[in-house]
Amino acid sequence: MSTTTLTHDDAHHHDAPKGWRRWLFSTNHKDIGTLYLLFALTMLFFGGASAMVVRAELFMPGIQLVDPDLYNNLVTNHALIMIFGAVMPAAAGLANWMIPMMIGAPDMALPRMNNLSFWVLPAAATMMILSFVVPFFPGGGTQINTGWTLYPPLSVQVGMSMDFLIFAIHLLGISSVLASINIIVTLLNMRAPGMTLMKMPMFCWTWLVTAFLLILVVPVLAGGVTMLLFDRHFGTSFFDAAGGGDPVLFQHLFWFFGHPEVYILLLPSIGVLSHVIPTFSRKPLFGYNSMVGAMLAVATIGMVVWAHHQYTIGMSLGAVTYFMIGTIIISIPVGLMIFNFIATMWRGSMTFETPMLFAVAIVLMFTFGGLSGVMLAVVPADMQYHDSMFVVAHFHYVLMPGAVFGLFAGVFYWLPKWTGHMYNERLAKIFFWTNVISFNITFFPQHFLGLAGMPRRIIDYNVMYTEFNVISSIGGIVFGLSHLLFLYIIISTIRGGKKAKAKAWEGAKGLEWELDSPPAFHTWTVAPTIK
Amino acid sequence: MFFRSKTLIGSTSAALGLLAAGGARAEWGLNFPPPAAGVAQEIFDIHMMTMGIATVLLVIVFAFVFYSLYTHRKSRGYEADQHFHETWFGHWSWVIIPVMVLGVDLTIASKADAVLKKVWEVPEGKDFLDVKVTGHQWWWEFDYLDHDIKVESRYIPEEESQELYLREVDNRLVLPNNTKVRFLHTSADVLHAFWVPELGFKKDAIPGYVTETWADLNREGVFRGQCAELCGTWHSRMPLVVEVVSEERFAEWKEEQNQLKVAALAEASADKTWSMDELMAKGKEVYDTKCAACHQVTGLGLPPAFPALKDSPVAKGPIAGHLDIVLNGKEGTAMQAWGSMNDLEIAAIVTYERNAWDNNTGDVVQPADVKQAR
Ligand code: HEC
Ligand code: HEM
Ligand SMILES: [Cu+2]
Ligand SMILES: [Cu+2]
Repeated sequence: MSTTTLTHDDAHHHDAPKGWRRWLFSTNHKDIGTLYLLFALTMLFFGGASAMVVRAELFMPGIQLVDPDLYNNLVTNHALIMIFGAVMPAAAGLANWMIPMMIGAPDMALPRMNNLSFWVLPAAATMMILSFVVPFFPGGGTQINTGWTLYPPLSVQVGMSMDFLIFAIHLLGISSVLASINIIVTLLNMRAPGMTLMKMPMFCWTWLVTAFLLILVVPVLAGGVTMLLFDRHFGTSFFDAAGGGDPVLFQHLFWFFGHPEVYILLLPSIGVLSHVIPTFSRKPLFGYNSMVGAMLAVATIGMVVWAHHQYTIGMSLGAVTYFMIGTIIISIPVGLMIFNFIATMWRGSMTFETPMLFAVAIVLMFTFGGLSGVMLAVVPADMQYHDSMFVVAHFHYVLMPGAVFGLFAGVFYWLPKWTGHMYNERLAKIFFWTNVISFNITFFPQHFLGLAGMPRRIIDYNVMYTEFNVISSIGGIVFGLSHLLFLYIIISTIRGGKKAKAKAWEGAKGLEWELDSPPAFHTWTVAPTIK
Repeated sequence: MFFRSKTLIGSTSAALGLLAAGGARAEWGLNFPPPAAGVAQEIFDIHMMTMGIATVLLVIVFAFVFYSLYTHRKSRGYEADQHFHETWFGHWSWVIIPVMVLGVDLTIASKADAVLKKVWEVPEGKDFLDVKVTGHQWWWEFDYLDHDIKVESRYIPEEESQELYLREVDNRLVLPNNTKVRFLHTSADVLHAFWVPELGFKKDAIPGYVTETWADLNREGVFRGQCAELCGTWHSRMPLVVEVVSEERFAEWKEEQNQLKVAALAEASADKTWSMDELMAKGKEVYDTKCAACHQVTGLGLPPAFPALKDSPVAKGPIAGHLDIVLNGKEGTAMQAWGSMNDLEIAAIVTYERNAWDNNTGDVVQPADVKQAR
């Protein structure tokens, strides 16, 4: 390993540059991690704002605030911004900050590529925002009213903003693939001497698997949207039945990406939990090996069950049976992961700082979302649930705890390490409770709406759905606003606060806690040795 | 921009009022409505079974977690058991837990598989009533293939449908009770999905595909659903209303439909020259049902998605071009071909469009002109 021979002098050749150059030209994993996290935080508010408009519109039956195309545009924009703009970059930010510190490496393996993979993102975000606003200019064409799934033929009818979106997706894909390559190379080559793969911190393991998933599926999405682009402008008919094409083909391509994508969103947060729960239970992670095995199983099976999103397209009996059984089987490794978390808490000596509060909420609510997932996997029943508000409830119960709360837990857990200051625990707890309670008020009633017959993605509904929509919207507004408190806590922690010790948490274990809080600009220039 | 603060305040207080009264309201809609077909009953039962299993598992997990949260906490002086993972359970849990989950999975999967076999494929046999269901932007077309009856079904504006707004249509899908119905689903433009919860299933309508579902109806009543696949601007305005009636009533209904059809044909084929007033009156009626969803009653459209017909270069330009776009539609846009309407209807609409909203071209298009243009 060449990196272990890096001498102290080499590392100090260049010190932190000042001003904008420090950020634009950065090759430092910590700075790039910070950029990723700030970008994700910004996007969280964009995505959140569009969701709040959607919830405000659904507050009452009738069309009050927006017109139907704008409504669907907001729905589309919300999903894409949250997934590609908020959750994935936030997870990449954690990876950038933590992976080198956790494995005793001085930086990411490919620092310049690291810079590129971040700086593609603002360009992609600009494209995506343009795709949203272009229709408001004269001659800007119609709005993207397809939802994030972009199914043709509807997506062929949309005006030029769809082309902006397709290029945004290309750029986002490039960014993710570059970041993934970097993470894989780093993890496979730059671990401290003595750190075998099976001694690697769990967060690193989850990212290793995530990175492979990304490289496998993102190009398929890129290919799918490129075919869409060709259908739109260059006379092909990949997805046009009239020209001998097949509209369902797009759905297969989309979900071949889309289902693994949910694990891409989930796994880094599972990694965070694998550190947070042991720390605050003061007990090592239960079942490290089975955790790794479960994760590999989830990733593998997760690649071959995509069509459970398409049960209603009219597949053969054999095909639906296969996809049903495959999907139900996923509950085995997922169940094992949840079990391991509970077994880590079991007979621990728990305290409930904010990261742990989020962790406990995740275990409970993610279990709930996983169980509704098993219900959805059952084909005959899904013929009822599909494309109803029940599905909306399901995926928010898995994604919000499974991805977003995991990231919140990670931010609170490592914020003292990054900034050198302890955050305000009292405020953070207030944030936790408002956030989690209003989340449940927002999404729990949506199960009932779906069962009673309310489809998703409709702007207007019959009066019989009013009550639950009112409750859901009130919850949604509180939920959205609660994130302002999150923002405030982060800003005030960056600006000051109680000094954090190197080992900020009593029960914390791992190399990152041997470094100062905040760590020096370059760390582990001499690799530690793991026994 | 679209913000109407008065409506918002009004609706907020109305909403709070409703919430307060909510407890007293009979129906909150917590679960699927009671099934109206044998297959739907099977589907309902498997839904209840998996939901039951899920609930039990949830309670078990919650019980363990809350017990642990209460007991194993530092504030109660609990010392962490650093050897828990070294017990026999710690060593074998990676087998025990998956086997337990597998047991649950197999229970669910075997029951689901049995139901699937019964409901998924349309059984062999000739005793089916075939209905082709075609999704259009934004209405449904029902073709009774055995009876040569065609029904167009559209939503009814709120002023007329009131409480049933988005749950009622102008023409229902009327079906006889105690009959097996085979639905053939397809679409004329983008994706749609047929969903009536009482029938127990939903199925996508995909252009270029014909997919099948079936139901053995066993209950009379009116069953309401709506389009479940995002199909553009007015996706929310595609209700589906199935009315299951006795076999006798169905026979009567068929007779009524046939008479309507005969009357319309007779009117259209009468070799008569229509006056401007007659065409305008008829044109407005047809336009308002079939074209106004996009081009609006005012003729102003919803640009940029749907062009205005008032002062449109097509509606004020040559008649041939106007007839062409109405008869053949425009490829790749939401403007579909309307050639399946009869000559009289098309003549009336085109005359109407050329003279309404101050277009005032003075042109009168006769059914004979349409026949020629076809
Ligand atoms: C689903 C929406 C929809 C419905 C319903 C619809 N149209 Fe259109 N119509 C369109 C669109 C979109 C265009 C623009 C096509 C294009 O890009 O040139 C259009 C264009 C037209 C034009 C040409 C206008 C111009 O200035 O280019 C005419 C005339 C027209 N429609 C007549 C009708 C008539 C008559 C009906 C009812 C029988 C009807 N349309 C129903 C969507 C619709
Ligand atoms: C036990 C595990 C799970 C099972 C069995 C499961 C099953 C399903 C099924 C069958 C659907 C399709 C429902 C429909 O459209 O009719 C679905 C939708 C969805 N699931 Fe899951 N799921 C599981 C876990 C997860 C996780 C972990 C995530 C993300 C972290 C997730 C995110 C989603 C999303 C985003 C959708 C909806 C996508 C869309 O239609 O826009 N699910 N799930
Ligand atoms: Cu999936
Ligand atoms: Cu629809």
